[in-house]
Formats: sequence, structure tokens, C-alpha cells
Amino acid sequence: MKPADIDATPGTAGSRRRRGGRRRKGGGGDRSMVPEATFTSYYGRPIVKPSPWEADIPAYLFAGGVAAGSSLLAAGADLTGRPALRRSARLGALGALSFSMVALVHDLGRPERFLNMLRVAKFTSPMSVGTWILTTYGPFAGAAAATEVVGMLPDRYRRGPLRLAAYVDRPAGLLAGLFAPLVASYTAVLLSNTSTPSWNAARHELPFVFVGSAAAASGGFALVTAPLHETGPARRLAVGGAVLELVAERQMERAMGMTAEPLHEGKAGTLMRAAKVLTAAGAAGALVSGRSRALGALSGAALLAGSACTRFGVFEAGQESARDPKYTVVPQRERLDRGEPVRYHENGTPRRSGE
Amino acid sequence: MTGRHSLFGPLDPATDAGYEDHPARKGFFTDTSICIGCKACEVACKEWNDVPADHFEMLGSSYDNSFSLNANQWRHVAFIEQPRGLGDQEPGLRQPPAPPPVELGMPEMGAPGVMLPDSGTDDVETPDFRWLMSSDVCKHCTHAACLDVCPTGSLFRSEFGTVVVQEDICNGCGYCVPACPYGVIERRKGPTGAKNVGIAQKCTLCYDRLGAGETPACAKACPTQSIQFGDVEELRERANQRVEKLHEAGIMDARLYGNDPNDGVGGTGAFFLLLDKPEVYGFPPDPVVTTRDLPAIYGRAVAAAATLLAGAAVSFLGRRR
Repeated sequence: MKPADIDATPGTAGSRRRRGGRRRKGGGGDRSMVPEATFTSYYGRPIVKPSPWEADIPAYLFAGGVAAGSSLLAAGADLTGRPALRRSARLGALGALSFSMVALVHDLGRPERFLNMLRVAKFTSPMSVGTWILTTYGPFAGAAAATEVVGMLPDRYRRGPLRLAAYVDRPAGLLAGLFAPLVASYTAVLLSNTSTPSWNAARHELPFVFVGSAAAASGGFALVTAPLHETGPARRLAVGGAVLELVAERQMERAMGMTAEPLHEGKAGTLMRAAKVLTAAGAAGALVSGRSRALGALSGAALLAGSACTRFGVFEAGQESARDPKYTVVPQRERLDRGEPVRYHENGTPRRSGE
Repeated sequence: MTGRHSLFGPLDPATDAGYEDHPARKGFFTDTSICIGCKACEVACKEWNDVPADHFEMLGSSYDNSFSLNANQWRHVAFIEQPRGLGDQEPGLRQPPAPPPVELGMPEMGAPGVMLPDSGTDDVETPDFRWLMSSDVCKHCTHAACLDVCPTGSLFRSEFGTVVVQEDICNGCGYCVPACPYGVIERRKGPTGAKNVGIAQKCTLCYDRLGAGETPACAKACPTQSIQFGDVEELRERANQRVEKLHEAGIMDARLYGNDPNDGVGGTGAFFLLLDKPEVYGFPPDPVVTTRDLPAIYGRAVAAAATLLAGAAVSFLGRRR
């Protein structure tokens, strides 16, 4: 909306010819087939609007993933007798969740009204669904972390209601672990159920990218914070998550067609490349770090950074795809020109008809 | 509240929203072929709805200096200058053919004084130029993405089938902004001191005026009836007749946009007659309400969540270290 953003073409209807993919450094080969895109727009102005969200939201996507994966690790650690892993994961989950809450409230246009989120429960709104997932998950994750704190207190302070901690401990941790996977995956729905071209086109694969990223990040967090002899599961979760993230991301780009371009350009491109390198290196390091706490911690840090880069990269790519009318016009125009406009049909299959 | 077509397909939105006894669905038919670009609609809208004036820049895009529909611009007139004629339409530049002269017994024939250019012939060329003007507005979709995704219930379906923001409920989460396939709704950023900063804002189809049996401000102010207000059902019929008439007049570019209840948003309450492809005016060519795919996306998310749960479980199997 700032005048500087305006790409005005005086005296024309804004017909623009642009290279389908601006020169990219080190991009994969599968998108080089994108032909030169010719399309018409109104003075090159955006059609859909980018979200008004700022860094709060990708930061939340990352922290929410850390919290979710950590709650899963904590539940597993609890059941398999790994108290140090359990403790660090539970505290990590609460820390990440608290950060998430602050970020989510801060991002609102009217933060003082954040409780209005609880007025309704709406299945058609992934944000409402997510609010209720967090509202369910949060207290259990909080209670599980609280019991860890109580456990760290000297005996003489563990009196009165604090003695209840022993009974709350395991059920809270397990319930947090049960709801955690939804915390990790709903955020993909949140992004892809929009008209933002690069998010919407990623809708089938993005949940897998995000749970992979959550697993890698939370595994990485455990490698940084838990003692070596208890981090075996965290290492396996981290490596599995990293592989899932990298594979699903590749699948996602294939499915996205031209809207994958913003993932390779500008700030988003830098972030996505960094994400791949950090995630792959972190996973490789985690794989061989069975005897070295230092190497484990370093790998864990790389995995955390990789996950953050993925979230910021996907976020930025979407924002960019909304700012450029090309990504809205060209895919829609192509399906119209193919004679396949999106039309409702009684038996559910799209009706084919001319424009 | 949710019927078979609730996420996609034709339906009556007010009935679907649960109103049992409600007035006919109201909307706009904006016939851009008779828009003169006077911007009376923009002004009337701002005045009636107290929409703050900001972003006045000389943009160098014909007569359009209001940029786009946004939080502070609920009607926006687009101006497009094209190097092509209008079709066989009479541009009104030719003189009418003069009647044959009649001998009145006067000393000389013809008009006294200056001679006009030989009127009645084709020597005035049809200009190779046309000016498209179109007043854009919120579409009040049958399946409104903004309303679907609103997590507070601030956006609601009115008894008139329109989509309205309750400004005292909205907490400015901003989700409706990227959800809208037309880029209409926006969170108000300013100017400082304006009301409802931080809150999602868009056309209400003058919900207050509708309640009092009045015509929305923009349609009321439109001097050419380019903006027509009424029952959507009737407007659709009127639009079909108008486009036929234009086709008969040789303007084959004329087309309707948003009138089809089977389209990606279930048809819009505010639809248009355009003289070129939708994207020329800044409309998406084939918009779709993303909620249509939501059940499938939720399915993928649950599958991904199950994958994570299983992966975590498997991580704890095997070696104890």
C-alpha cells in the first residue's frame, strides 16, 4: 500500500510480460520448465492481499512445533524411564508454548480482545480449531511442566496442594503428548486455507513438512538440553523428522507448479536454502553424535535453526506470492483457457464448460 | 446450520446461516459499460460509513488515485485506458445525418455563415481508444472465505445474505485478509486517530441503510445507474438481459462476472458486467473459496499428526539409550 510498492504503468491496462522464473542461484532443476509467463493485471497491483502478520506468526509456527514435539518426547521419556529427558522436554514445551501465546496475542490488531477467540468454536476456521487445540493442550503441558518444578523443590516445600503433583504428573504429560501432534500439524491448515497462492497450493504436503519440522526441532532441542545417555529417542525422532521434512518439502514444490517460485527467490529463497542445509547437516550430525554431547548439541542447534528457517521461508514465500498478481492470475487463467473453470457440479466432479 | 452445500455450490446464504424468515438476498449489479468514472460512489461510501480518507497519492494510473479496495476504500473505481475501439457501439462523436435541404425560396441554400464540416458522412473516425471504468466493491460471496475463517464470529451473515464485520467483536487476528480470494477485506492500519484501527474493515452493503429500507449509499449516488441495487435474483435476470443487449449491439466483449451460482464462490451478491477479462480490472479470473477444500486439508493434517505420533512412538522402541 505504500507508494513505493506500486508498480504503475501509466496509460496501459498493465499487461506485463515477465520471465517465468527470475534468475535463481542453485535452484533445483524441476522448475526450469516454467515457460515465460504472460499475463494481464491491473497496473501490476496485487489481487489478493498478503496477510497482515509479521514475524510473530512464523516464530509461533516454529515454537509451536518445538512445544508439540517436546511434549511427545516427554511422554515417551516418562513411560520409558528417562527422567532427565522428560524434565527438559516438559520445561521446553512450556517455554515454547508460553512464547507462542505471547506471539499470538501480540500479533492481533486488538491484543486486549484476545479472549474473543473463545466466543465461538468454528470448524470452518482453522484458527478457531487451533485455538481450541491449544486451549486443550496448553493446560496439560503446563501442568506437566509444573510437576517438574514441584519435583525440583526440596521436600519440605512439597506440602499441601503441591502433593497433588504426584497424581497429576503422568496423566497430564500423556494427555499433552496426545494433543501435541495436532498442535504441530494444524498450523499448516492455518496457512493453506487462504487465497495466498503459495500457501494454498501447498495444502496437501505442508502438514507433513510442518510435523517433520516439529520433530526435527524438538529432537534438536532435546539434544541440546538432555544428557547424552537419555537422548537416543530424541536423536531418532530428529533424524526421522528431518528426513520427512526434506522429502515432503520436495513433493510439495512439485505439486505447487509456478507458485513454488517464491520459495526460491529473495528472502524466502535464502531461508529455504539455509533450512535445507541446516536440517540435513543437523540430521547427519545427530546420526553420528551417539557418543559426543558437544556434537549432539551442535547438531541439535542446527536442527532448531533449520526448522525456524523453514517456517520463516514458507511464511515469506506466501507473502511474496500474494504481492505479485502473477501467482493469482496465471494459474486461474490457465484453467479457464483449458476450459476447466472451478464449477460446482451435483455429483461433486467439476463441470467442464467454456468461460 | 450446515447443509449439503454449505462449503460449496449454490444456496441461499441467509437460509444456510439459520435465518428462518428473512428478506430476499440483496446485492449489487455493477454495469461497468455505463460507468463514467465519476467516483460519486467512492465519496458517498466514505461519507456515509465514515471511512477515513488516507492514501491520496498521484499514482500515475489513469484517473485512479485510490489504489485498491482496502480497509479505507470500500468502493474503488478502476480506470483502464486501452488502444482499441468499443466495438460497433456508436461513440456519439458523429453528427446525425442532416435532413435533405428544402427549397424555401430564399436567396441561398445551406446554413448561413460558417459551413459545418460535412456532417452525416463517416469522415469522423471512430477513435482507436476506449476507457474502461469499473466500480469495485466487496462481493458478498455466497460462500464467503472471510466469514468462514473468522475465529471470533465477528464476521457474520446478515438477514439480507450479506457479510458484515461486527467491529466491537473483531480482535484483529487478520485471518480474513489472506482468506479473501478477491483481496477486499483488510485490517485498518491508520490513519492515527481513526476509529477501528487494528480491526478488519470492508463494505457492509450499508447494513444500517438496508435495515431502514434504504438503498446503499453508493448505488444511491450513482448518476448513471451503473451501480444497481436490489434483490440478487432479479439483478441476475436484469444482468442477463443487459449482456444480451450489448451482444446484439456488437459489443461481444461484454460478459458477466460473479453471476453464476455454480462458480468457485457460489456466485457473488455483488456481481459485474465487464467489457474485458476480469484480470484487466484487477479481479481474479476464477476465484475459489478455499474452505471448499478444507475437509480434505484437515484430513491431511490429521494424517500428518498421526505420522508424528507414530514416529515419536517408534523413536522410543529398540535400544535403551
